[in-house]
Amino acid sequence: MEDLFQGYKGEALALLKKYKVRVWGTAIADTTRGRFEGTVLPRSENDDDQHIVMKIVTGYNIGIDVQTVTKMEETGYKKANYAIPEKQFPITPGLPYVKLFGTGGTIASRLDYRTGAVIPAFSPGELYGAVPELAEICNLDTEKVFAVFSENMGPEQYMSLAKAIGQEIENGIDGIVIGHGTDTLHHTAAALTFMVQDSPIPIVLVGSQRSSDRPSSDAALNLMHAMKAAGSSDIAEVMVCMFGPTSDEYGLLHKGTRVRKMHSSYRSTFRTIGDTPLARINRNEIMPIKTNYKKRRNDRNVKIMPFFEPKVGMLYFWPGMQADALDSFIDSGYKGIIIVGTGLGHVNKSLYPAIERAQEKGIPVFMTLQTLWGYVHMFVYDTGRDLMAKGIIPLGNMLPEVAWVKLGWVLGQTSDYEEVKRMMLDPINDEITEREPYNGYLVYQGGVPEVEDFVKDVHK
Amino acid sequence: MTHKFDPKENYEKSREEIGYVKRKDATQADYDRIGFMSGLEVHQQILTKKKLFCHCPAGVFNAHDDYDAEIVRHMRPTLSELGEYDGTALMEFRTRKEITYRIKHESCCTYEIDDTPPFPIDREALENALEISLLSKLNIVGEVHITRKQYLDGSIPAGFQRTAILGVEGEIQLKNKKVGLIQLSIEEDSCREISDIGHNRLYKTDRLGMPLIETVTYPDFVNPDEVMEGCDYIRFLNRSTGKVRTGMGAGRQDVNVSCRGGSRVEIKGVAHTKWIPELSHNEAFRQWSILRIREIMNKRVKDAKSWKISHIEMKEGDFGANPNFFGIFEDNHKVVAVRLPHFYQVLSRFTQPGHVFADEISERLKVIACLDQPNMTHSEDLNPILDEEDVQKIFKKLKANKDDAFILFDAPEDDVKTALETIEERCQMVFEGVPEETRKSFVDGSTIFERVLPGADRMYPDTDSAPIPLTSDYIETLRKGLPNDIVDRFKQMQDWGIPEDVYTYIFKKNLYPLLGRLITELSVPANVAGVFLGQKLKYIEGHFQSADVFDYDSLFDLFAFLKKEKIEYELANSMIAEFYSHPKMDFQSVLNSIGFKKIAKEEIIGQISFLNEKYKEIGRIQDEENRKHWVMSQLRKSAIGNIKLTELAAII
Repeated sequence: MEDLFQGYKGEALALLKKYKVRVWGTAIADTTRGRFEGTVLPRSENDDDQHIVMKIVTGYNIGIDVQTVTKMEETGYKKANYAIPEKQFPITPGLPYVKLFGTGGTIASRLDYRTGAVIPAFSPGELYGAVPELAEICNLDTEKVFAVFSENMGPEQYMSLAKAIGQEIENGIDGIVIGHGTDTLHHTAAALTFMVQDSPIPIVLVGSQRSSDRPSSDAALNLMHAMKAAGSSDIAEVMVCMFGPTSDEYGLLHKGTRVRKMHSSYRSTFRTIGDTPLARINRNEIMPIKTNYKKRRNDRNVKIMPFFEPKVGMLYFWPGMQADALDSFIDSGYKGIIIVGTGLGHVNKSLYPAIERAQEKGIPVFMTLQTLWGYVHMFVYDTGRDLMAKGIIPLGNMLPEVAWVKLGWVLGQTSDYEEVKRMMLDPINDEITEREPYNGYLVYQGGVPEVEDFVKDVHK
Repeated sequence: MTHKFDPKENYEKSREEIGYVKRKDATQADYDRIGFMSGLEVHQQILTKKKLFCHCPAGVFNAHDDYDAEIVRHMRPTLSELGEYDGTALMEFRTRKEITYRIKHESCCTYEIDDTPPFPIDREALENALEISLLSKLNIVGEVHITRKQYLDGSIPAGFQRTAILGVEGEIQLKNKKVGLIQLSIEEDSCREISDIGHNRLYKTDRLGMPLIETVTYPDFVNPDEVMEGCDYIRFLNRSTGKVRTGMGAGRQDVNVSCRGGSRVEIKGVAHTKWIPELSHNEAFRQWSILRIREIMNKRVKDAKSWKISHIEMKEGDFGANPNFFGIFEDNHKVVAVRLPHFYQVLSRFTQPGHVFADEISERLKVIACLDQPNMTHSEDLNPILDEEDVQKIFKKLKANKDDAFILFDAPEDDVKTALETIEERCQMVFEGVPEETRKSFVDGSTIFERVLPGADRMYPDTDSAPIPLTSDYIETLRKGLPNDIVDRFKQMQDWGIPEDVYTYIFKKNLYPLLGRLITELSVPANVAGVFLGQKLKYIEGHFQSADVFDYDSLFDLFAFLKKEKIEYELANSMIAEFYSHPKMDFQSVLNSIGFKKIAKEEIIGQISFLNEKYKEIGRIQDEENRKHWVMSQLRKSAIGNIKLTELAAII
């Protein structure tokens, strides 16, 4: 049965019931502050029970304090029908066929009254209704694999996504796009790099930083770029495709193992760390930055390796950390641990006993960096040498999140300490690189004259 | 076949036909005849330290070319909360604009450019706005819900403005009637436009995000002067709190106008209330003239639904003489002739002084198809660009009939399709009546098309903000601190015997509280204080430059000084120019620089008998009036401040 009082509870619900006013009912409320007229809207579950939400005739929403209501009357009923106009996605001969997997996130979304937030909406027809330009880029088929927010994506989802991708490749698709919330987009990108190896086609992950219910959303452009990359680029790798600058100008294709979300809300939040992106992209062309990428092939020989051991911990070191922080992982049965250390890869002496315990138990412990940029160098200082002697394995310039994903994937296949170590240090797609190019680290400082000149002249 | 006639004569004739009168000659009967109706949306910036939804300083402005960075955005229409696309939104999308924002670090952070979600609403702004809502006798909401209002013109980088209703159903009391208020909202101000050329629009973000309120009235005004009176009232009410910004751009209004049978048309961003009467007058008559066109066209065309344009592309050789036509036949441009069946003698019909119906089409071509003006000519141009021979040639090529008209436009290839759609759309509208739209105003009282009027469909709840409850206790506390009503202040000044012609300035500058203190605390005679503030100060502000920010409250100190020094208050009139120019100067120094000397009253009076004797010697006309006049002129300078001039005159 339909909920007549969506989201209302306590006193507000009692009041609505008392005066027989439903959600979506048009109503007149007399209050000690005067009369209010409008359509009663659903209320977000987390909001209080002291107010009733109304949309007044001018389109604005207001709240009425239930304590002030002296009388209320329903005068009509007008339920909103929120649907993105659906149009059949046209098939154009000659254009590549792209499969879009939906996982949730804000790439396409609509309003959710229960939480007051936006929830995903998604079908080729809806997408075509909202972004008709897509039909000029590719032929599209979509499939919803799950509908979860980015932070709820995890090992289970990585594995089923990898299998679904394998199936599509076998079916002969030209490219795959995965719509994904942005918070853990780079975790999923890393996981798919390890689980889907030797793909003959591009696999592109895309999200949006501004939900598609906003006129200035980056969703439409990101989607167009991702479809273009999946359908027409010859880069057969797992990539993230998001805004290059915050301006609506071009997107960047980042390698799935070197990309990271670097700002909580900026459109241009994804950056390749310690290297340059693979390519720039706009609606019409793909402009390579790197040349030594894996090329598109006509065969269908993909290796799907859907393995994951979820009992992998990650410890972000803080000064003064005590051994119990690491001990609690060991005691809880974690099978592998990634430490995110300071500087060149350091932790304090208090942790030494716990590290020794892990070593005794055969739990591999790896070192990555809080600095994100640069390599772990454990020979430079005594601390590093001590840690190495105690069995900590440095992971070069592997990003912490990538290390966590990879360790889970490796431990999903073997528990042999030496094998785990070997696999972790043997890069699959540049998660450790041999060299860091000079332009791989560019965090420019605002206020410096030459940077200000750059910011002024270039739409960054 | 000939289409020849004099378009200018047609313009004049059609103006007479609809009974257009100049505003200065118009009477209430004229407005009743055309069913003049108007309402207001009065915008007023709130005085706060910070912007409404971020922590950038409010009121820090920069010049057009003084900026630190540029960013680019495109806007796409999205669905409203009720699942519909907004008409304006779709129109704006057709224009395919590239929008560039110039930002300055000092006045703009990542919030304004929509790269950071909003921070909680500025409480100072909310409180000031609530006070004004209470003064406007509005029903205050129980909970403030932030709503997104879509703007696809790019004036806000997010594509929407965050706005919220604080109260509904209020009223204001004008001299002769009450006017209802629909609502009052608090909202963030938009960007300022720098330029709009072709497909590129340029904005700056300094004003963006500053707190603003919008007071919306019912369409209760029945003539242009009443609209202005209502607008002044709302502005004075806002200013009476002392918590709003003043100066250029701090207050602007949108004027909604219609005539009987017409449509709501919104004249946007009128900066001065004194421009309102001419603008609303012309708009009502513009609608009246368009309704007459509807009548004519519906007579000529029986099946309006099937009315269509047809067009042909023109080549350079199609024109006889060298066509004297704006940059015609540029690369990638096309010149297109469009046949408008049955529009003979309609394009040149009067709509506003100096404007004809064809302008309505040209303006839409500019806005919707991005064709910069001049963008077209036509068969009835008041200032013909084509010679008669070319006109006839084009008619012939279009296979036009005797009662047709044509438009000839020039456009980049990519814009031709939109241009043709735009022309057809506007022409089809004549069968319906007056299109709902927003219009841009000019100082001469005319307006041009700006956008299709947006509806309620462009509202969407702001999912980034939580609702803000307003408890009854809080509202009552605010109510206690309110200033009294403008209408009460008006009556009080009448009771004090202050002449009415000085009230406007006192309200405009919110000098009433100061006036009250001068009268009650310093016993300054009411008419002296009133005329000083409403007339002398106004004159000084219009003619002198202050070296510093002039604080009106320092005028209280000036009068207090005069009282303490036992100097007559009249001297303030002599001191104000010097003091206003140098507000940091101490009062004694001001007295020195205007050459004031303190002289005992008796000493001045003592000179009268000597001067009387002297006049007997030198006066050309020996009568009482001329004697008095001469003696006064001799004493005036030293008397001011030392003795009341009226008192001195009586003694003389």
